[in-house]
Amino acid sequence: MSDPVRWTGSMPATRQQQQAASPQPRNSGTDLADILERVLDKGIVIAGDIQINLLDIELLTIKLRLVVASVDRAKEMGIDWWERDPTLSSGHKELEEENRRLRERLETLERRGLPGSDEDDAELEGVPVDDDALEPADDEVEDAEVADDEPDDEPDDGVEAEDEPDEARARRGNGARRSAPRRRPARRTEGRR
Amino acid sequence: MSDALSYVYAVGRDLGDADLEGLAGAGVGEGDPRLVVAGGLQAVVGDVPREEFEALSLDDRLEDLGWLAATARAHHHVVDTIGSRRTIAPLSLATVYFDDDRVRTLLTDGAAAFTAVLDRLEGRAEWGVKVSMRSGGGREQPGTERPKTGAEYLRSRRQALREGDQAVARAEADAEEIDEAVRALAVASRRHRPQEQSLTGRSERMVLNGAYLVDAGAAGQLTSLVGSWSEHPRVRVELTGPWVPYSFAALEGTS
Repeated sequence: MSDPVRWTGSMPATRQQQQAASPQPRNSGTDLADILERVLDKGIVIAGDIQINLLDIELLTIKLRLVVASVDRAKEMGIDWWERDPTLSSGHKELEEENRRLRERLETLERRGLPGSDEDDAELEGVPVDDDALEPADDEVEDAEVADDEPDDEPDDGVEAEDEPDEARARRGNGARRSAPRRRPARRTEGRR
Repeated sequence: MSDALSYVYAVGRDLGDADLEGLAGAGVGEGDPRLVVAGGLQAVVGDVPREEFEALSLDDRLEDLGWLAATARAHHHVVDTIGSRRTIAPLSLATVYFDDDRVRTLLTDGAAAFTAVLDRLEGRAEWGVKVSMRSGGGREQPGTERPKTGAEYLRSRRQALREGDQAVARAEADAEEIDEAVRALAVASRRHRPQEQSLTGRSERMVLNGAYLVDAGAAGQLTSLVGSWSEHPRVRVELTGPWVPYSFAALEGTS
């Protein structure tokens, strides 16, 4: 009876059930989730001498997700409801953040009127730059994928050559930092449309 | 003892040592579950290592799923074993006090509130009813043709979403009916967050995850009621329990 595996089978019959002589229902493989959702934020909640905020199961699960190396493991345990909550979905957050950064960048550049060459670095050498690199920030960046895209050398309309270096570096920087799944735009001019 | 903290599993009012039988070695920490008595109530308590439960380290541990799972199971095991013998009010996971004196103070100060909860739970058990969409039930066949244009793709995608929405809406309506029927047998009910598909290991979407406080005498009716939905065309209805009524053990004035 002390074998924890016993819980994966079925609940023991209780007094009530025996009285009712009802068939014993089977718990499926989800019982750990059933247990957690009860013991974590149900039951009598009293502040013990050591303060543990178990009331906030949502916060707990967010933290779990951040810390747990294997999200699959969390899923096995059923601690994955956050995936349905768009405000918690890292994908959305990253895209928003990406957009915000690009916009700020563009504003700065526009305000400065140009030569973003104040921070030259070797990395820029040889990076072909085109206006596509800049466009996304302009018209509502729809998608962060532009940041992942290698600059291509196809020349385009209305390039403001002065802005190139900074923006290109920003792009590369973002691309390197980002870990979001990369989706390649079907066409390189994605951002412009 | 100074290296140990008192972990409280549950509170009861008619517990004796015999009710702890079989729980040696089954507790959360090393300490076997034992009774701490005061004010006409008994708390089921076990020693746990102080370092493991000190505030800071516990916060870290709660992020350790292995630890959390083992602790939750042990907690539940103790609560469930005793709960199958006596009426108890389960405490939520990891309620710890510095020593047994503090637990006695808790029992004395909280006597009225605990008694009210025990009155509410006496002779009743919690049952879980989970309703999921049957996979494929009411779903359209996926188109075999590859969309030739973007517009075509978007159209078929919208269509699929719309039909999916309708199937979900139907299942949710079914769930409402089921919930209503079960509530007719229950003295109280709660809704838990539906569990994720990945967790259930099935492709079915859960549309109801309800908890019901049911009189012992109505348990048979409940199981036959749920059994009557075994052939439901659109949803699968699962019954779990009986549980110690975790979902109905809140103290008055709290939720």
